[in-house]
Amino acid sequence: MCLAIPGKIISKEEKDNILMAKVSFGGAIREVCMDLVPEANIGNYVIVHVGYALNIIDEDEAEKTLEIFDELLSYS
Amino acid sequence: MKYLDEYRDSATIKAISDKIFGIAAKDWKIMEVCGGQTHTILKYSLEELLPQKITLIHGPGCPVCVTPVEMLDKAVYLSGLKDVILVSYGDMLRVPGTFTDLLSCKANGSDIRMLYSPLQAIKIAKENKNKKVIFFGVGFETTAPANALSIIMAKKENLKNFYMLCSHVTIPSAIELLLSNKSTAIQGLLLPGHVCTVMGYEEYYPLLEKYKVPAVVTGFEPGDILSGIYLLIKQLEEGTCKIENQYKRTVHKDGNRHAKAIIDEIYVRGDQIWRGIGNINNSGLKINEKYSEFDAEIAFGLGEININEKIGLKYNNKILDESTLCIAGEVLQGISKPIDCPAFASCCTPEYPLGAPMVSSEGACAAYYMYVKKKYC
Repeated sequence: MCLAIPGKIISKEEKDNILMAKVSFGGAIREVCMDLVPEANIGNYVIVHVGYALNIIDEDEAEKTLEIFDELLSYS
Repeated sequence: MKYLDEYRDSATIKAISDKIFGIAAKDWKIMEVCGGQTHTILKYSLEELLPQKITLIHGPGCPVCVTPVEMLDKAVYLSGLKDVILVSYGDMLRVPGTFTDLLSCKANGSDIRMLYSPLQAIKIAKENKNKKVIFFGVGFETTAPANALSIIMAKKENLKNFYMLCSHVTIPSAIELLLSNKSTAIQGLLLPGHVCTVMGYEEYYPLLEKYKVPAVVTGFEPGDILSGIYLLIKQLEEGTCKIENQYKRTVHKDGNRHAKAIIDEIYVRGDQIWRGIGNINNSGLKINEKYSEFDAEIAFGLGEININEKIGLKYNNKILDESTLCIAGEVLQGISKPIDCPAFASCCTPEYPLGAPMVSSEGACAAYYMYVKKKYC
């Protein structure tokens, strides 16, 4: 139930008073409700749970985590 | 897929494992709270990449597993009423109630529909105005805002045929119960990354103060979990006690303010029964008075009905076998592992589950069955 996956916002629109977006999950496009993250923009990655975006993925922080991984690899 | 694959790289995972071996000097018992984290640990055999001094205790973070049996029975009862469509997340359909489960009710003719998003519940309500659509809304804080938005949407659309049977649980009080259990003696916590995406992690500081247990907010990919374990073991070895955030790419300290505002708008906090564990004070969310018109328990008068009497007659009062064999409660509290259960993989399987942890995609028993059964049976 707490499973959530990252996807990229391709487009946004208001549909029946609900803020929706088309989000690409590795190429598979699904409609996602953006009411919890209204400030997200096209091109942002969001973490999506039960059809709702929960937060914008901070690409700088994601990069930093991967840099730490690379450091570990270079010392191993 | 971006932001997934990078955290599953095997060379990286091996490198983090080596680092953990390098710093772990003493024996430590740590708990991963979320069932999704348990599944990753078992799926990628992460325990085999840890020194034997580190014991992982699986936490109760499986909302399907802890939904009280009374709520299942209420859902079974409601699904049998005339002109009702019961809509539910898939996992809940196979969880045994006192007499039966929702999938069996569906097979017997009740209109029960599986959904993966509350958006579908609203769509079904709009398309079936002559029916009463009841959404079985379960989950932790991760799911609570999405479930709550369905009520906000129903109000905006002036839907008179939409209800929620609400059964939400919240993590902090449950963690306090587990930390106070001296027999499990948890020394460190991997906090649930998606619960914290919604709520932030400020509410865990009082627990750290009281029990002196360090914690790391951790994600769900194998690289995330091993990093979280590394940070936690480092704290334990150094004797520090703070909350660190391994999952910074989605978690902020104060969470998602829109989501938290929606939770405060729709729900009221209170005591809650956790299946297999019992009552935990201040660990549940119910629909508040302002939105009571959408509360299925009020709209269908469930407080005035003896549910078990009503549905027991239909099933010849034959109670399912859970109470004598299933040790779900001990598994959820980390007291026992699924392989300690005499029924594991013999009379309790995903096809014929005795208890909820064998059903749910986040249940520890299902994870052991899927990934490690061959090793132990």
